[in-house]
Amino acid sequence: MHSADPDLAAAVAAILTHHRHDATRLVQILREVMQQRGYLPPATLTQIASALHLSRAHVEGVAGFYAFFSCHSQGRFRVLFSDNITDQMCGSHELQRRMLDAFRIELGEVSRDGLVSVGRTSCTGLCDQGPALLVNGRAIARLTPARIGALSALIRGGQPVTEWPENLFTIDSHIRRRDRLLSTPLLPGEGIRAAISRGRDATLAEIKRSDLRGRGGAGFATATKWDACQKAPGPTRFVVCNADEGEPGTFKDRELLTHHAQQVIEGMSVAAFVIGAQRGLIYLRGEYPFLIEPLEAVLAARRAQGLLGRAVAGAPDFDFDIELHVGAGAYVCGEESALLESLEGKRGIPRNRPPYPVTHGYQGKPTVVNNVETLLAAAHIAKQGGAWFRSVGTSKSAGTKILSISGDVAHPGTYEFPFGVSMRHILEEAGARDVQAVQVGGPSGVLLASHELERKLAFEDVPSAGAFMVFDRSRDILSVVDNFTRFFAHESCGFCTPCRVGTTLNQQIMGRVVSGHGSRRDVKDLIRVSRLLKTASHCGLGTTASNPITDALAKFRPSFDRRLASMDVLPAFDLDEALAPAREVTARDDAAAHFSEPETTS
Amino acid sequence: MSEPSKKLRVATASLAGCFGCHMSLLDIDERLTELLEHVELDASPLTDQKHVGTCDIGLIEGGLCNADNVHVLRAFRRHCKILVAVGACAVNGGLPAQRNHLDIRDCLQSVYLTGLGVERGFIPNDPELPLPLAQVHPLHDVVKIDYFLPGCPPSADAIWQFLSDLIAGRTPQLGHGLIRYD
Ligand SMILES: Cc1cc2nc3c(=O)[nH]c(=O)nc-3n(C[C@H](O)[C@H](O)[C@H](O)COP(=O)(O)O)c2cc1C
Ligand code: SF4
Ligand code: SF4
Repeated sequence: MHSADPDLAAAVAAILTHHRHDATRLVQILREVMQQRGYLPPATLTQIASALHLSRAHVEGVAGFYAFFSCHSQGRFRVLFSDNITDQMCGSHELQRRMLDAFRIELGEVSRDGLVSVGRTSCTGLCDQGPALLVNGRAIARLTPARIGALSALIRGGQPVTEWPENLFTIDSHIRRRDRLLSTPLLPGEGIRAAISRGRDATLAEIKRSDLRGRGGAGFATATKWDACQKAPGPTRFVVCNADEGEPGTFKDRELLTHHAQQVIEGMSVAAFVIGAQRGLIYLRGEYPFLIEPLEAVLAARRAQGLLGRAVAGAPDFDFDIELHVGAGAYVCGEESALLESLEGKRGIPRNRPPYPVTHGYQGKPTVVNNVETLLAAAHIAKQGGAWFRSVGTSKSAGTKILSISGDVAHPGTYEFPFGVSMRHILEEAGARDVQAVQVGGPSGVLLASHELERKLAFEDVPSAGAFMVFDRSRDILSVVDNFTRFFAHESCGFCTPCRVGTTLNQQIMGRVVSGHGSRRDVKDLIRVSRLLKTASHCGLGTTASNPITDALAKFRPSFDRRLASMDVLPAFDLDEALAPAREVTARDDAAAHFSEPETTS
Repeated sequence: MSEPSKKLRVATASLAGCFGCHMSLLDIDERLTELLEHVELDASPLTDQKHVGTCDIGLIEGGLCNADNVHVLRAFRRHCKILVAVGACAVNGGLPAQRNHLDIRDCLQSVYLTGLGVERGFIPNDPELPLPLAQVHPLHDVVKIDYFLPGCPPSADAIWQFLSDLIAGRTPQLGHGLIRYD
C-alpha cells in the first residue's frame, strides 16, 4: 500500500474520466477500482473524493457500506461462498472447509502470501444450480469437490480470473414452465409502438384494466403508481428497473434478464412513455456481472433500431434512454428508496417515506420504480391489452407469477404459474417429495408447514416476490431459521437501532438455541425482540426480519423445545471451557481453576 | 429466622466494572436518606459485608471477566428475588469487553512475560487468584436477569426512578431523558 503510487493514481483517474467525474456514479467508480485492484486503498479514496468534490468521509462511508467493497487489502483472489440455506443444503460448508484447508486459512482470513481469502456472502441467486461462489466478483455455480480442487489449482497458478477457462463461469438456464408472459412473443418495439399508437391515457387505461400489481413484493397497483408519477409536478421524470433481486432464493429476474431483456426494457420504455420520463436506470445486483455485457448489448441494439435515444420509435417528442448501474452486495438496496440513494452514489440507507418516489425519487424528481417482472408484464399488456392479462389469476391477483423454485425438488428452476394455483400443485410440478416446509417469498416471506399446502399463490393468500424454497423431512428447520436470521443480521443497514440491535440479538439467541445451549428464556427473548423489530423498524427489512422466527415458533414449536438444553436459564457458553486458555498459560489445574456444576436458574 | 423486616433488603456488587455505577447510586444525594427509609443494605461495597444473604433486590455493576465474578453472580442469583444488571458493563460487557478481540493468553503473556520493562516475569498462578475467562460476558449470559438498567453509568435520576418503582412494586419504566440511545 503506497500512498503515492503513480500507476494506481493514473488508473483511478482514467476510471473517473470514464464516468465523467459524475458523483452519482460513485458506486460504479468504486466497483471498477475494486475490480482492478482488489481493494480500495486510502489514497484512492482521497483521490476520488477530491476529484468528485465530495468529502473524504462521504466516499469512505460509501466504501464501507457495500459488502463487495473493501478498504483493506484482500487476497489477490477473493473467494466468497454464497451462503443461502439452499447452498448449505447442497454441501457448501463442506466445500468451504476443503478450500480453506487447501490454503491453510480460516474463514475471513487472507493467506500469508496474500494470494487468497475465503469468506461468505449472502445468496448469489444461483439456488437452482448451487452451491455457488464468487471469485473476484465472477460467479461460479454447480460446485463439487472436483471443481473446488480445480479452482484451488487455478488460484495457486496465479493467472488472473479473466484468463480462466470460460466454461467455469457458465450459468445454466432452467425455465421449466411458461405461461402467458414467457410464451407470448413480443418483438423489439412492438410494445412501445402499440403504446404510442394507442396514446398515453389509453395505455395507462390498459395497465389499469389489467389489474397488474407490483411483482417486487409489496404488490402495489402499477397503474396507480404510474398515474401518480405522471401527475407529479415538474418536467423531469425517471423510470427505474429494480433488478437488485436480493431476496435469498430468488433468481427469476436473472432468467428474465438473460432471456427476456428486450421485453423488460420494452416495459421500461412503455412506462417512460406513459409517465413522460426522459431517462431510465437499471439497477442490477452486483452478483450478476455476467449480465452486464448482454444488457449493454441489448441497449445498444435498441439504440441502433431507434427504440432508445431521440424520438423513440419515431414519436417526435419522446426521447428516452437507459443507463445501467450495478450494485455491490447490499440486500437493503432492493428497497426502492435505498435503491435510489445507491443510484445517486450514496450509502443505501432507506429514506423516510412519504414522500414516495413517485413524487420525490431519483435526485428528488418523480420516479417510477418497478420490478423486472412488473415491467415485463407491462410490455406485454401494452401490446395485448389489459383484458388479456386479467383473464387469468384470482380476483385480487391478476395474471401470472414467476417463481424461483429451489431446495428439495427434483427440478429446481424458474416456473410461471397463473395466480391462484395451490402450493401442492406447484410442489408436484417441481417434483417435491416428503415436504416438511416451504419458504415462500424468501426469508422475509412466509414459512408454510405441510398442513398448509392447499393454500393458494395470491396476494390475498400466500404472496411471493418469487422465492420458493422447499425443505423435505430430513431437514432441520432450526438450521433454516438460523441461516435466515444470520442473513438479516448481516444485511441490516444499521441505520435504526431496533433493526441493527434486534437482528443481531436474534442471531445470537438463535445461535445459542441451534447449538443446544438455549433455554426457555431464550425463546421468550426471541418473541420479544421479534415483536420489537416488527413494530419499530424504519424499513421493510427490519419489519420482516423476524418472520422466519415468528413463523417457526408458531408452526414448528416442538423443533425449538426439543433443542433447548433446559427449560431453565443456562449459561450461554461453556463456563469451564472459558477458563481453558487461562489454565493453559498459568499451568493451573486446581479445583478453583474449573467450574464444576452446571447451575441453572429459572 | 429473624423477624421479617418491613424494609426491603438490597445487596449490591461490583464485578468487572469501575465503581462508576456505584458512584452514580451515591449521586442520588439527599434522596439516599429517603432510600434508606425503605431499604436496608446487605452485602455491598458500601457495607463491606462480603457474603450475600437472602435479599429482595440485587444490583450488579460490571460484567463477568473472571471465575470469581461468576461465583458472586450465581450467589446473588440464588439469594435475590430480583436481580438487576446495572450499567453498560453488566448489560453488554461494556468497556472491559474491549479485550474480547484479543486472545487472553496473549494478554497475560504480554503483561507478565514479554511486555516492555518486564524482567524475569511469570504469570501469577496462585490458586487464590481467580482465572480470567476467555471473553468478558454480560450477566445475562450466565444467569437470568430480571431488569436491565442501561447507561454508563445510568444517571442518578435513572437509578432513583428505577429503585422508586421497584420499591413501590411497579414495573420500572425509564421515561424520556432517562435512557439515551446513540
Ligand atoms: C429490504 C427490501 C428489499 C427489497 N428488494 C427488492 C428487490 O430485490 N427487487 C424488487 O423488485 N423489489 C424489492 N423490494 C421492494 C421494493 O421496495 C419496491 O416495492 C419494488 O421495487 C416496487 O416495484 P413493483 O411495484 O414493481 O413491485 C424490496 C423491499 C425491501 C423492504
Ligand atoms: S430497518 Fe434495518 S435495514 Fe431498514 S433502515 Fe433500519 S437498520 Fe436499516
Ligand atoms: S457501566 Fe460505566 S460506570 Fe458502570 S461500571 Fe461500567 S464503565 Fe463503570
